Amino acid sequence: MPNPAKNWREIPQRYRLEAGTCKNCGHVSFPPRLVCPRCGGREFAPHTLAGAGELVTYTVIRVAPGSFEDQAPYAVGIAALEDGVKLTAQVVDCDFSALKVGMRVRLEFRRVSEEGPAGVINYGYKFVPV
Amino acid sequence: MRDVAVIGIGMTKWGELWEKSLRTIFVESALLALEDAGVDRIDSMVVGCMSSGLFVGQEHLASLLADYLGRTPVPAARVESACASGGLALRQGFIEVASGASDIVLVGGVEKMTDVTGCEATYALGTAADQEYEGFHGLTFPGLYAMMAVAHMHKYGTTRRQMALVAAKNHENGSKNPLAQFPFKVSVEAVLDSVLVADPLRILDCSPITDGAAAVVLAPVETAKALKKPVVRIVGTGQATDTIALSARRDLAWLESTYQAGRKALAMAGRAIGDIDLFEVHDCFTIAEIMVTEALGIAEKGKGGRAVEDGLTALGGKAPVNPSGGLKAKGHPVGATGVAQAVEIVKQLRGEAGARQVKNARRGLSQNMGGTGGSALVHVFEAD
Amino acid sequence: MAGIVGYGAYIPRNRIKVEEIAKVWGADAPSYKKGLMLEEKSVPSPDQDTITMAVEASKNALKRAGIDPREIGAIYVGSESHPYAVKPSGATLGEALGAAPEFHTADLEFACKAGTEGMFIALNLVRSGAVTYGLGVGADTSQGAPGDALEYSAAAGAAAFIFGRDRLLADVLHTYSYTTDTPDFWRREHQYYPLHGGRFTGDPAYFKHVTGAGRGILALAGLKPADFAYVVFHQPNGKFPLRAGELLGFTRRQVEPGWLAPKLGNTYSGASPLGLTATLDVAKAGDLILVVSYGSGAGSDAFVLRVTPRIDEVRDAAPRTRDMLDKNLNYLEYGVYAKYRRKIRKAE
Repeated sequence: MPNPAKNWREIPQRYRLEAGTCKNCGHVSFPPRLVCPRCGGREFAPHTLAGAGELVTYTVIRVAPGSFEDQAPYAVGIAALEDGVKLTAQVVDCDFSALKVGMRVRLEFRRVSEEGPAGVINYGYKFVPV
Repeated sequence: MRDVAVIGIGMTKWGELWEKSLRTIFVESALLALEDAGVDRIDSMVVGCMSSGLFVGQEHLASLLADYLGRTPVPAARVESACASGGLALRQGFIEVASGASDIVLVGGVEKMTDVTGCEATYALGTAADQEYEGFHGLTFPGLYAMMAVAHMHKYGTTRRQMALVAAKNHENGSKNPLAQFPFKVSVEAVLDSVLVADPLRILDCSPITDGAAAVVLAPVETAKALKKPVVRIVGTGQATDTIALSARRDLAWLESTYQAGRKALAMAGRAIGDIDLFEVHDCFTIAEIMVTEALGIAEKGKGGRAVEDGLTALGGKAPVNPSGGLKAKGHPVGATGVAQAVEIVKQLRGEAGARQVKNARRGLSQNMGGTGGSALVHVFEAD
Repeated sequence: MAGIVGYGAYIPRNRIKVEEIAKVWGADAPSYKKGLMLEEKSVPSPDQDTITMAVEASKNALKRAGIDPREIGAIYVGSESHPYAVKPSGATLGEALGAAPEFHTADLEFACKAGTEGMFIALNLVRSGAVTYGLGVGADTSQGAPGDALEYSAAAGAAAFIFGRDRLLADVLHTYSYTTDTPDFWRREHQYYPLHGGRFTGDPAYFKHVTGAGRGILALAGLKPADFAYVVFHQPNGKFPLRAGELLGFTRRQVEPGWLAPKLGNTYSGASPLGLTATLDVAKAGDLILVVSYGSGAGSDAFVLRVTPRIDEVRDAAPRTRDMLDKNLNYLEYGVYAKYRRKIRKAE
């Protein structure tokens, strides 16, 4: 049975990078939360993540989970974005040998997964080298 | 709070146990522990299991296992903290005895991982990560730990060879453990040349998929003395959480939850890390053991790789780590690991560890963690 | 007066050369290269599709337009490779841009012309006052049947245009459409690859409609080819647009800035729109540009545009078409290309 709700709910984050800034301490939470993890604050202002940053780490996944098997090997990384938030995503359009800590990347809209050839396509963000 | 002792331990051989169901492997270990303890009555059961639901489609596990152990209507609880479910079960059992809520508590850990395909097992293990912000992007556990390794290598110059030495050391120890899944030695070269799973981690940097269970029986120290057993106490327990997603950690090359849990457990025990004679830690991947030794204070921050290179953590070293063979050689049926660590430490503190006995072992410490460090459980054991 | 407020392009970086395809099918590469004036074509990665490219092209258009996406009142994506047969690409595009929920959308299809249709409709909604800004996008990741002539050219790309009434970088002075029922190229429901009429796709199809629309709009506008700085034709290969230019009386120089096919292939609904973005990248204030698209089935949409001084302020706010065409390329072997394009039959 298709289960579209779980992914549909994440659209504001996956399509538009909508985050929340704690009004009390300024910490940015992505995804937005009800409680600030730094100060326990309960009020937030909307914030859109910066679209570029630098890799702080990366790897190439060669043994993939079932739904990602056809994509293997693929690179994933964590980047520190220009607004200080660290984000995890695949790194594409990049030779594996070019991956390094400090590499500048920006975010691009891509297909991330699909629930089979007849299921919903899940779109989201991936890193591409700048 | 009362003082708590481990009065019985039990564990059967770990591996791909095709003929045995989850129920069977749990009951077999539990019966060994109860026999070892020499008690008839138990007041409560706590079971650690990460995901019997995803692996065998079975929930309501505590009830099932109480039933199959022939102990209904005993109260039973199943606890979950990903790969630290066993350590959490130990802590919950300890709290029940220490608080006086129960006298004799059976603590067990179990995982049956081979009834699903390798792909499905990878998926089930992956549920310990952040599903929407890590799993959604195709991350796996080897992938997450590989990213921690890259960060650690970048920050401190840790090398692949140092990581491979962890695997070789643990196999050296595991070759002396008849219950281990892989009771044989593995050379550093074999680790370095094995197939890549997630760069830079190779298959021999990774703990395996395993079926297995382990059990201990906890009781107040008075009961242990009355039973005329060598008294091995749990003198410290510590637990801490951290962010579920690796990206949210302040320092990707540091295990904060292990650091916090370790401090709490040692403070409760009134001991320092230098007082501990042996360690059973969570080497789900070779880099994990290196980082854990730093977080516990066995090695200085950034020097975990050097520590294994220098032989500090070898069986004959000043701070032996994973004399059982660790998760790498002994196996990693996720929910059982935390309890098996206790089994090994008690064996060592009783002087019953045979070829892998740490000399003059009086105090031991176990460290068990979930996911990439979202949870950590540390226990300190001491022999009278 | 309504016109273009922002434009943007997106071309994937993968390429495959004509020789690589010909080698697999035992065809004579030089004949294809010479006959079609094609050298290589773009190939989408498996994580790219009409929607992802439309999003990136539209974001580039927004950078040049400098408007709040919430003011976009209508979005039309024209493609013959929409990811869903039922669930509009425009809905996902609108959400991704932040235009949701107050906008109208419907997906368009008309072979290679669907992009300019989206532009035509968006423009006219702005002209009529129904919306403040309208977005028209042409994007495709079309397939050519393996071993068929069309496999050498079927490529991937997207171009997006935001229409409005003020701060225009190009006025749209005239539009003209020319449509007949001509079965030169088609795809039936549930078929994976299209079919075509071979040489029938030439004179009775492409050339009849392109010249018909070209002559029609020139007459309507009272203009001659020499009045134009540039002309962009639909480009299914390198040869057809050059010949169309000759037939209508344009020079090679007028065609060149928008002539991308030899290195890009045929991006179907993105073809003439990308020719236009490449032309806008080099055009100057006062330049007249003629665009004539073509879609099999068959029809052509024509536009006459006049570039304004604002082009100089916004041209470099987003990547240029030729930079995406020429730089940072990744050449594929046929096996990887076939895997990416899902031409390999896998287990159910």
